[in-house]
Amino acid sequence: TAICQSITQLMMWYANNAKYFPPPSTAKDQFQEELVIKPLHSGDIYASFQFRTQWDTDFLLGSKVSHYRLFPKSLGQVISKFSVRELHISFTQGYWRTMQWGQPFLPSPPGAELWVWFQDTVTDVDLAWKELTNVLSGIFCASLNFIDSTNTVQPSASFKPLGVGNVTDQRFLRYAVLPREIVCTENLTPWKKLLPCGSKAGLAVLMKSEKLFHSSFHSQALHIRPVCKDWQCKSTSWELRQTLNVVFDLHTSGQGKREWSLFKMFSRTLTEACPLASSSKVYVDITDNPQLFELSPATPLVSQAVVLGDGRTYSVYDLTDHATFGQTHSLNVLLRWRAAEREMLRPLLHGERYVAGYGLQTGEIHTLVYNNHPYRAFPVLLLDTVPWYLRLYIHTLTVTSKGRDNKPSYIHYQPSKDRLQPHLLEMLIQLPPNSVTEVTVQFERALLKWTEYTPDPNHGFYVGSSVISALVPSVVAMDTNNTQERPLFSSFFPCKEESTYFMRIYTEPLLVNLPTPDFSMPYNVICLTCTVVAVGYGSLYNLLTRTFQVEEPSQGLAKRLANIIRRLRGVPLLT
Amino acid sequence: MGTAGVSASCINMASCSSLKILTLLSLFLSPTIVETNNIEAKAGQFFSSGHTNNWAVLVCTSRFWFNYRHVANTLSVYRSVKRLGIPDSHIVLMLADDMACNHRNPKPATVFSHKNMELNVYGDDVEVDYRGYEVTVENFLRVLTGRLPPSTPRSKRLLSDDRSNILIYLTGHGGNGFLKFQDSEEISNVELADAFEQMWTKRRYNELLFIIDTCQGASMYERFYSPNIMALASSQVGEDSLSHQPDLAIGVHLMDRYTFYLLEFLEDIHPSSTTNMKDLFKVCPKSQCVSTPGHRTDLFLRDPGSVLITDFFGSVRKVEITTDTINLTAPMVHLEDTRPVRELRTEIQTYMDQLPVAEIIHQVKHTHTTNDNNRCLSPDFNPVHTSGLTPPPKHQVVAFLVADWCCLLPTSGC
Repeated sequence: TAICQSITQLMMWYANNAKYFPPPSTAKDQFQEELVIKPLHSGDIYASFQFRTQWDTDFLLGSKVSHYRLFPKSLGQVISKFSVRELHISFTQGYWRTMQWGQPFLPSPPGAELWVWFQDTVTDVDLAWKELTNVLSGIFCASLNFIDSTNTVQPSASFKPLGVGNVTDQRFLRYAVLPREIVCTENLTPWKKLLPCGSKAGLAVLMKSEKLFHSSFHSQALHIRPVCKDWQCKSTSWELRQTLNVVFDLHTSGQGKREWSLFKMFSRTLTEACPLASSSKVYVDITDNPQLFELSPATPLVSQAVVLGDGRTYSVYDLTDHATFGQTHSLNVLLRWRAAEREMLRPLLHGERYVAGYGLQTGEIHTLVYNNHPYRAFPVLLLDTVPWYLRLYIHTLTVTSKGRDNKPSYIHYQPSKDRLQPHLLEMLIQLPPNSVTEVTVQFERALLKWTEYTPDPNHGFYVGSSVISALVPSVVAMDTNNTQERPLFSSFFPCKEESTYFMRIYTEPLLVNLPTPDFSMPYNVICLTCTVVAVGYGSLYNLLTRTFQVEEPSQGLAKRLANIIRRLRGVPLLT
Repeated sequence: MGTAGVSASCINMASCSSLKILTLLSLFLSPTIVETNNIEAKAGQFFSSGHTNNWAVLVCTSRFWFNYRHVANTLSVYRSVKRLGIPDSHIVLMLADDMACNHRNPKPATVFSHKNMELNVYGDDVEVDYRGYEVTVENFLRVLTGRLPPSTPRSKRLLSDDRSNILIYLTGHGGNGFLKFQDSEEISNVELADAFEQMWTKRRYNELLFIIDTCQGASMYERFYSPNIMALASSQVGEDSLSHQPDLAIGVHLMDRYTFYLLEFLEDIHPSSTTNMKDLFKVCPKSQCVSTPGHRTDLFLRDPGSVLITDFFGSVRKVEITTDTINLTAPMVHLEDTRPVRELRTEIQTYMDQLPVAEIIHQVKHTHTTNDNNRCLSPDFNPVHTSGLTPPPKHQVVAFLVADWCCLLPTSGC
């Protein structure tokens, strides 16, 4: 027992001081996790989880990678098998309300969105795309196998690669969106299993589906891309980012009280960092403090970051430090409001989209793009994917700003082919300052074949969101220096200039009703036709072949017996 | 045999006495012989089923919010089957509609089976393989027969072999001889029987348990003709299966009666229980179910009394005892990285410009090589055929680019 005790003491000392030991030199992967909590002006609260695994390995050249540590094996095999250069997939429930909530850290459209850059060694991109969507539908338990040529497009200028590289032949890019796709626990379960610590330790313990899906907005995404290995950027490593954005509503989750805590949002508190993480932090946005809300437990760490063109201040809780958890060994960040809010600054860029018109034959799609900057104009690239069954009349396309015609400096239009490919419209529009730009196009609804209707056709058919990519002028100078360590949420989109930052916003998806046949009609027609034929033919047959004969009425039993006796006697019968 | 024969054939005293001694000895020995026979019988029963792996195919065929109970039925069987040991990789779960995250669900991400929200059968760890519009008759039959397109992922396949015991559970709305899928198509009992026959000829199952909870469910197993199938249904032909209880907060009926009592029965089963199929046949008698559950065992070769519930609902773990010693404390030897070291590139790599405005405006695109309307544009921007429309001059900065712009012409056949 003495030996046992000394061994346990040695192990405990090692465990307590493990962070002082340098990591083994052969480890080429690292994992970081962070949670950003941002109170919104409408009383709701926005929580964004980001998990990043960075691995210095080569999936594509040389021999097969066989030893996986932090990077999930299923994704590594997907990358090497399909020669993927970048993969971005997101599952979203709800619509991001820009005017009430501001800009998200990572935007995503309602439904499922997938866009992939393949390596230039791929010979048949369409075949690789089809197989990739099927494999991903198995990994994420989603109906991604419904992505086919009728909803896949190849944008010509949008969706440039977010990773390092210099080749942009857009033939290797594919983009598809499934606006009808539902997100539920069955998608969250495999997503959580891709994390190194799973949902057992670290920030992922907060992800309980009953709370996450009882929210106004829920989006989980996965981004794989090559990034610079270090500040010199002479070689690349693979980065896997898993993000989960959720907005909790003040009234449904907050019971109307302006007080938020980790326990109220997630029904859990944090107890430890993920042991495999090199950094594990919780950021709380305190830019409008100290007058606004009270944050407890207090923390001395404060960090400044330039996010979405604005300088923000954050209180930081470092979960790798045991002192953060205090006496109770659990961290429950509590925000209690003291004063009412000021008005929110209007977001600089905002988009809306709706269908106008009446009836089931024609209609008009209106897309409105708002530039709320008082004096700066900036360009936006609008990408529209419309299914083939809404036949767009491109000669009716008009782009107007402030009442006058605004001619786009670049238009790319690919017309649809029935049942083969959708419409693709990309336009580069310069938005004048403080204006609304309206893009309208008329369309006609097609009649589908009766087997092409979904089992619930009266619900309507969805048209995917428009994508608006823009270079928005920033209020403060953006940090183009990639050398220093930045929080994950501020370093997703690469920054090339100081005065502008790149942003992508999505409009609402559209729900249009197509002329729907009455599916009970075949049954009705068969019944009616058979009845008519039976009655008509039957009557005719009777008229032609029926003859009338006189027949004696049958006699009663007594009379019949009497007749039998009379016959025996030889006497004439009764009538 | 026995003493009667001995006394009848007793001829002389000496043989009689020896035979009497022998019978007395046999009377003493028979308990011990019976004892050893018991142990052998138990051991025989443990290995009698002859299967090595378990699969489950659980299908809910109904769409729309008011069919909440069918999804709850399927999820409760899923939950029991997972609890008793079958892993997600061996379960093909098909749910035709999403109830948990439906916008009409007052408690999102939950599906309850008991009123007052006692039991959430959806849980936190669920993997649905076929969902929404993917649940069709074609996909169901393809899963059963294994004739799926080559790009189908593993989680959507039924990779059973001839030593697999498969549990198939169907629920939804049905009639005499058919089961309705998603309110738009049906599967008939003949198709189902033929699918099972295909599975038998392809050796895709060892034994199959088929449970169906629909109206007139017994009609679905009338036509089976392949061996080793045992079938249970919640109601006979001409009877309706009824639902159990509504929940006033959610507003719909939560479960069907047969599956409700089946779930209660399965909650008492644990992986090592020895309950057999005869108890399963007694689940939900007419007093509780209002309909008469039926079962069919004539195609099944073994006696149902010797078939354990865990043969189908649980998962077999075969244990192999080895006498070799395996050293777990020896240090791991990392294999040398035999990949060729990439030569360090000297040029600095950069991120791409996300919205290169100038580059986009001056972009000149070549036609797609896959475009069969190659007559529209050739690489040097001159249309090969005359159509009466002149191409825009090259010097214009405003590049109006249309990939196959001739398709806008009224004469083209696009």
